[in-house]
Amino acid sequence: MKFDKPAGKTPIDQLKVVGRAHSRVEGQLKATGTARYAAEHHEVAPDVAHGYILGAAIGKGQIERIDTAAALAAPGVHAVVTHENSGPIGIGEFYAQRILAGPMVDHYHQAVAVVVADTFEQARAAAGLIRVTYGRDDEGQFDLAAQKPSTPIAPDEPFGGSTNQRIGDFEATFAKAPVKVDQTYTVPDQAHAMMEPHATIARWDGDQLTCWTAIQAMNWGCRDLGLIIGTPKEKIRLHSAFIGGGFGGKGTTQSDLALAAIAARVSGRAVKVVLHRPLMFNNTIHRPKTIQRIRLGAREDGRLVAIGHDSWSGNLRGGRTEPCTLPTQLMYAGENRLLRRYLATLDLAEGSAMRAPGEAPGMMALEIAMDELAEKLGMDPVELRIANDTQVDPSKPERRFSTRPFVQCLQEGAERFGWQSRIAKPGGRREGKWLVGMGMAGAIRGAPIMSAGARVRLGTDGRIIVETDMTDIGQGSYTIVAQTAAEMMGVPLDSVTAKLGDSTFPETPGSGGQAGAASATAAVYAACAKLRGMVAQRVGFNEADVAFADGRVMSGGRSVPLVDAAKEGEIVAEDAMEFGDLAKQYAQQTVGAHFAEVAVDAYTGAIRIRRMLAVCGAGRILNPTTARSQVIGGMTMGIGAALMEEMTVDTRFGFFVNHDLAGYEVPVHADVPHLEAHFINEVDATMSPLKAKGVGELGLSGVAPAIANAVYNATGVRVRSYPITLDKHLEKLPAVA
Amino acid sequence: MRAFTYERAKDAASAARIVAGRPGAKFIAGGTNLLDLMKIEVETPTHLVDLQDLEFDKITPIAGGGLRIGALVSNTDLAADARVRRDYGVLTRAIVAGASGQLRNKASTAGNLLQRTRCSYFYDTNMPCNKRKPGSGCAAIGGYSRQLGVIGVSDKCIATFPGDMAVAMRLLDAVIETVDGDGASRAIPIADFYRLWGDTPEQDTVLKPGELITAVTLPKPLGGKHFYEKVRDRASYAFALVSVAAVIQPDGNGRVAFGGVAPRPWRIEAAEALLPRGAAAVTARAFQGATPTKDNAFKLPLATRALASVLAEAKA
Ligand SMILES: Cc1cc2nc3c(=O)[nH]c(=O)nc-3n(C[C@H](O)[C@H](O)[C@H](O)COP(=O)(O)OP(=O)(O)OC[C@H]3O[C@@H](n4cnc5c(N)ncnc54)[C@H](O)[C@@H]3O)c2cc1C
Ligand code: SF4
Repeated sequence: MKFDKPAGKTPIDQLKVVGRAHSRVEGQLKATGTARYAAEHHEVAPDVAHGYILGAAIGKGQIERIDTAAALAAPGVHAVVTHENSGPIGIGEFYAQRILAGPMVDHYHQAVAVVVADTFEQARAAAGLIRVTYGRDDEGQFDLAAQKPSTPIAPDEPFGGSTNQRIGDFEATFAKAPVKVDQTYTVPDQAHAMMEPHATIARWDGDQLTCWTAIQAMNWGCRDLGLIIGTPKEKIRLHSAFIGGGFGGKGTTQSDLALAAIAARVSGRAVKVVLHRPLMFNNTIHRPKTIQRIRLGAREDGRLVAIGHDSWSGNLRGGRTEPCTLPTQLMYAGENRLLRRYLATLDLAEGSAMRAPGEAPGMMALEIAMDELAEKLGMDPVELRIANDTQVDPSKPERRFSTRPFVQCLQEGAERFGWQSRIAKPGGRREGKWLVGMGMAGAIRGAPIMSAGARVRLGTDGRIIVETDMTDIGQGSYTIVAQTAAEMMGVPLDSVTAKLGDSTFPETPGSGGQAGAASATAAVYAACAKLRGMVAQRVGFNEADVAFADGRVMSGGRSVPLVDAAKEGEIVAEDAMEFGDLAKQYAQQTVGAHFAEVAVDAYTGAIRIRRMLAVCGAGRILNPTTARSQVIGGMTMGIGAALMEEMTVDTRFGFFVNHDLAGYEVPVHADVPHLEAHFINEVDATMSPLKAKGVGELGLSGVAPAIANAVYNATGVRVRSYPITLDKHLEKLPAVA
Repeated sequence: MRAFTYERAKDAASAARIVAGRPGAKFIAGGTNLLDLMKIEVETPTHLVDLQDLEFDKITPIAGGGLRIGALVSNTDLAADARVRRDYGVLTRAIVAGASGQLRNKASTAGNLLQRTRCSYFYDTNMPCNKRKPGSGCAAIGGYSRQLGVIGVSDKCIATFPGDMAVAMRLLDAVIETVDGDGASRAIPIADFYRLWGDTPEQDTVLKPGELITAVTLPKPLGGKHFYEKVRDRASYAFALVSVAAVIQPDGNGRVAFGGVAPRPWRIEAAEALLPRGAAAVTARAFQGATPTKDNAFKLPLATRALASVLAEAKA
């Protein structure tokens, strides 16, 4: 099916199942521990061997000698895979990292060996017996700040828009602007830190490879695995029915998958590889640190005339920037703009996609700068943002936003949150030992939609089965996929079974870039539309005026049970939704506003969130329950980004030092107070027949700066480097002793 | 993790004898610290003597007032004991400020006293660390040291004792009772129990190899108001940046000990005498000669401010 003009009325608009609150259809499996995750598929390889990855002990250099004799002689060991016996290893398309070190070591904890043994304990113990002699011919670069002065503007990239966007005359306008902000902000390296570690069971049957793994984008996973291990994509099947969180960290093939496949090939056994927690920090990808300079020039009435955003990040050779200027391209009006991204070469683990890449850290800088500007103007921060709303793409004024209820988000948010009770003067509200403050920030996140396929089956029992390679990393894909099919086929939700996460199912973009919900449901729509036609034919109705409701097919005055269509056997329909150029004609984005109230201990500087509100404009909300859960999950992640999350680089040894969940703190329950998420009632007909967008990444964009601005409002001390830990403002708080 | 043998101790004397006589042998109680360290081969015992069958799981009154806490009493039971809550509130507060409910159920009193440092480099066997591998150097000096010690540290090691319970016990002048491999018992005041690192940071305490902790005794109650102020980056489930244990009497005198700043719970009796003069006077004396790093210098003003908070609350 082709979608190339805005949708008119569609069967989804009935909203009997779609748009309604349903708890996760697979919730019971998860709550009872019967949903099985990658490492738990014991039945597929009863004699599975265990692979244990030994990570490099240095940040940069080369392997001079690797002595595996003792490990090979250890009890239970079948094989030790190193660069000497792995066979050729390629590089995937999405990540630049090399999966196995040797002879060069590109970064700390890059895999240098995989030990394959009968038990996990044997493999781990034997890994400790491998002796690696390293050379340090190249000492490596690990310090972004030190590299910054000599860092060039990045070449153009496939993601994140232009790395060097210049509109109008930024320099001259900024220089003359009556009110200005020029500040530099830093966002540290951050870890996805999802609950389930990267894990794979790999099994070869002849030249056919099957892996039970945790990959967010199945077909990217097959493509990249094929490139890395030199096997045609068609010979690879991946299963990821359940994924215990990803946030982008399981986008496509990482070391667990590639090395399980290689170790299985070398050892002749099925092999399971689970990354231990420290490997997740220094072996796999992360969100790279950024240093961002924001320059805003405004007229006295608050209207922006000049917007400058320069962002520096580093990466392995071949890696991309963190696209922090992306949100600034569309967030506010302003005729003169200069948005640049610089890329340094750093020898740390690869920087890559993490929830709302670009928008999350970019807004962390931009939205503090807007708060600083509001203060200089003596203007309310909500009013300042309203004054600078744009309904068109500032770089192409003829390109309108498809929908952009930003002002509505701001106004409704302010109303619901009680924003008018905020005291504008920082440090103005004290309750006992607590300094209390309120802050807000705007939010934006692209609403990509990509071609996607699905297969739908109507069984002889009247049940509907949907098959698509879309994944569920916790966001609710199973539920919205099933809801879409139920709505289309006129059956209750519990008559539909959604099957996801199998690479042999029709292709979707998977879970990433908040494109999954919109794309996968559009695919299900297309396949169901086809199935409806086939059903109509079978029961002898005119395809053009047939309706599906209450488990029946209706046309004119006639009506038959849906199941009758499958009397002769299951009916199967497969289709893909292809998209025209609506995304070129319209700026398709999700927008929102975040509000936070914090309390700062006037003595110790400790910061505690009191309450938060998000108001989101994200097209049709397919399921308010799972959408809310996405948004409050994003808000929780934003609390972490604002107040505690930082992978600390040791620039001498070249690695992230605090590489476990004791050292890398994420919010615990006590850090997360009442969170409220509210959705603007809107549809976006330019997206798909569902008129829906994603919402999972919007929930993170803008959260951390809202908290940062609330902390400033509480204390009067502006902290421009995240996370805002108490040591950064302690000594500037009022004296107490 | 290296392979090891395992046995369950039948009585304290034989447990101590076995561990004293066998290099590489170690006791295990709740295992919440030891097993984590074994998995990453920071600890590599060849033999474990499990203490769980020993009858050290009671809290009993002692003559003249005070309590004897068996070495295996869990953190949960100790914190919840009605006598502890009534008479030694600072101890309950310190314990429940630590770890999580699940961990406190498993953690024993002796194991808690002997938990090892949380320095990140200690946990990474690729890094030099004098405490883990004597003579290899100290990666934390000149490195990531935000969590580490500001006083009592040495040029060989700047780690802290990370725990909470021991800070309250130091305040209360607890005494640690032990039995060694020869069957001899001794009572070690907690003030003398933890070593300053000096040139031998590999040794945390004054215990001899195989010396088994059997109990901790608390002298009679102090009265006063009890506080445990633990400052950390998140609201729960994190080690202290700085903690303050205090008992403040109605006349403004009292006791104070700091956690998260030194190789041992940091209590300087001469500083405590300055309590009526306010927090700044106390910490100026308590942290005289401090040698913070650039990353952890904030712990000094933080200690003052956290104590000021306690003193303000004591007055309220
Ligand atoms: C995630 C996490 C968070 C934590 N957070 C905190 C916190 O915030 N605050 C805090 O204070 N603690 C915290 N802890 C540490 C926790 O309190 C300790 O792990 C626990 O108290 C250790 O007790 P255990 O019985 O399990 O000791 P084990 O692990 O069994 O033993 C620890 C050591 O003591 C020795 N040992 C045990 N019993 C005896 C004995 N009777 N005589 C001689 N030697 C003995 C063992 O040989 C071993 O060397 C945390 C731990 C974890 C894992
Ligand atoms: S501070 Fe102590 S524990 Fe940390 S690296 Fe140095 S010697 Fe090791």
